[in-house]
Amino acid sequence: MKAVCWWGKGEVRVLDVPDPKILNPHDAIVKVSLTAICGSDLHLYDGYVPTMMRGDILGHEFMGEVVETGPEVKNLRVGDRVIVPFPIGCGRCWFCQHDLWAACDNTNPNAWMIEALTGFSTAGIYGYSHLYGGYAGGQAQYVRVPFADANPLVVPKELPDEKLLFLTDILPTGYMAAENCDIKPGDVVAVWGCGPVGLFAIASAWMLGAGRVIAIDRFKERLRLAQTIQKTEILDYSDEDVFDQLKDMTGGRGPDACIDAVGMEAHGTFIDAMMDRVKQAIKLQFDRAHVLRQVLHSCRKGGVVSIPGVYAGFIDKFPFGTAFGKGLTLKMGQTHVQKYSRMLLQRIQNGEIDPSFLITHRVTLNEAPEMYRAFRDKEDECIKVVMKPF
Amino acid sequence: MEHAAITHQEKNVNDPERWVSVIAGSALAAYGLKMRSIPGIVLAALGGSLVWRGATGHCMVYEAMGITSVADDGRQVSVPYGHGVRVEKSVTINAPTENVYAFWRNLENLPRFMHNLEKVEVYDTKRSHWWAKGPAGTTADWEAEIINEIPHELIGWRSIEGSKVDNAGSVHFTRLPDGRGTEVKVVLRYDPPAGVLGATVSKILGEDPAANVQEDLRRLKMLLETGEIATTEGQPSGRK
Repeated sequence: MKAVCWWGKGEVRVLDVPDPKILNPHDAIVKVSLTAICGSDLHLYDGYVPTMMRGDILGHEFMGEVVETGPEVKNLRVGDRVIVPFPIGCGRCWFCQHDLWAACDNTNPNAWMIEALTGFSTAGIYGYSHLYGGYAGGQAQYVRVPFADANPLVVPKELPDEKLLFLTDILPTGYMAAENCDIKPGDVVAVWGCGPVGLFAIASAWMLGAGRVIAIDRFKERLRLAQTIQKTEILDYSDEDVFDQLKDMTGGRGPDACIDAVGMEAHGTFIDAMMDRVKQAIKLQFDRAHVLRQVLHSCRKGGVVSIPGVYAGFIDKFPFGTAFGKGLTLKMGQTHVQKYSRMLLQRIQNGEIDPSFLITHRVTLNEAPEMYRAFRDKEDECIKVVMKPF
Repeated sequence: MEHAAITHQEKNVNDPERWVSVIAGSALAAYGLKMRSIPGIVLAALGGSLVWRGATGHCMVYEAMGITSVADDGRQVSVPYGHGVRVEKSVTINAPTENVYAFWRNLENLPRFMHNLEKVEVYDTKRSHWWAKGPAGTTADWEAEIINEIPHELIGWRSIEGSKVDNAGSVHFTRLPDGRGTEVKVVLRYDPPAGVLGATVSKILGEDPAANVQEDLRRLKMLLETGEIATTEGQPSGRK
C-alpha cells in the first residue's frame, strides 16, 4: 500500500509499504477514505520530537471503512464506516473508564520510555513517535486499529467525509478547550491562535454560551476566518499590545477565560527544554513561552486558563505569582476524544457545526511532501490539508 | 521502590536520568555541531558528555560532589547489601482481587507476562519447576515451592534447597476501596551464588531487575485488564 513516511527532519516520502495485518485479537484494519495533516505533525516534520525513526508512517487524523476485524472485536463489522480517535484507549483501565482516554494505561508498548521522561505513561498515539508507542499512522491507504472495540465511532453514511474527519482530533480538542473554560452565559472568552484548534475552540465557545469571543493571531487569513465565519472580534498581536487591548475591550476586567491554542510551536520541545537548562547554567535568557505568559497575564481574577496547545518541555519565567495572585484555574492536556466524539457527531448531524469550513487544500497522498512544506511555511494561506488515499 | 544491585560500583546516575541524558545529549550535540561556531562546539561537547554520562551511568560531576541518584536502600533488607538483590515493585490492576489472585496462583500463567520466563510446570499444590531464558540462548531452571499462601492476599515461594538458582519471592494482593481494583506488589530476592551461575541469574533478571519486574507487572496489567499485550511488532513501515 501507499503511505506517507517520515524520512528525517524536513522530509516525508510517499512509499510503497506492506499492508497492515491483524496482530492482536482486538485489532481491526481500516481502509482510509480521508486523512489530514495536523499542526502537531509539523513538530515531527521539523524534527523536534525524539524517537522518530526513518520510515515511520505518519498521521493521526483519519477515517474510513472497516475491512477486517480480529477474533475478539465484537462491536464493529466489516463495512462499517468509522472515525478513529487519535489517542488509543483500551476502554478497560481506570482512566478510560473515567473518560480520561488520553491517559490510558495499557496502549503504549513503549510506556517505559515516556515514564522515564515524565514519570507516567499516557495513551499510544498513531504515527506520533516511538515515545507514544510507535504505532503506524493513518496517512496511508490502510491502518491497523488496535483496541477496535473501544475506539472507533461508527458514523452514518449520509454525511460526507469532510464533515466527519475532524471528529478524530481537532474538533474535540477545540471543544474540550472551551468546555474546560466553564463558560457562563455572557462570558468573554479570548482565544490565542486561530489555527484549526483555535477556530474550533471559538466555535465551541459560542456553542457553550459565550457572550463575546475575541480571536488573537498574527496571520491575516486566520483572523479573517475567525471574523467572517466565526463572528469574533479580532486582535493582531504583532501590532497591538494584547494585554492593554484586552483590558480596554473588557472595561478593565479582563477576559473571563483565556485559551492558549498556540502551544510550544514557537517554544520548542525537548531540545528547548535542554536549552533551558543550559541557559540557566550559563545565564543566557531566552523568552519563548510568550503566548502562555501573555495568557496568564491577561486573564481576569479568578478566571480560567485553558491550554489545548501542546507543551512538552520546561518553561522559563513562568509567571506563577500572577497565576496565584489572581487565583487562576489552569486546565490542559491531550484530548479525551472518545469522551466527546459521539456528542459532537450529534451536533454535526443537527447542523450546529460544519467542521469542513477550515479545509483549504484537498489533495492525494502523493502530494504529501509538498503539502507538509506549504503547511509549515503557511504558504498559499494553508490552514488545513486533507488527503484522499484512493 | 528499592533495589540494590551488586554490580555497577561506579554507577551514580539512576536509569530515568541516564535515559534523559542520552536523548538530551544527542539533541544538544547535533544542534551544536550544526551551528558550526565556537559556542556550537561547546554545546556539542556538553551534549557529548551528557551522552557519555547516560551511556555509562557515571557522572563525573556527581562523583566530584560525592552524590548519587541511584537508589540505595538495600542495607535495610534481609539479604545484606553487596550480597544479593532485592526488588520491590507494584502495579494497580482494574480487576477483582479474586481474579488477579487466581491468575497468579496458577503459576503456569507466569510466562505469559514474565518476559524472561519460558515455562513453569506445576507438579502439585506446592511444587513447581521453572525455566528461564539466560544470555546467548542459554537457559536456567530450578525447582520452587510455595511456602506461604493466604487466598486473595499473598503467595510466597522460594527455590528448594540445593537448587542451582537460589531465589525467593512473594506477591501481595490488596483490594482497593471504591472500585479502584487490586494492588499487586511483588518482592523478589535472590542471593546469587558465586561464579557462572550467579552471573546467569543476574543476566536473567537483567541489568536493572527493578525495571524488568516493572515491565512484567505492566504486561500482567495489560493482560488482565484488556486480554492482550499492546504491540506494534509486525506492523508496516517504510524501512526495508
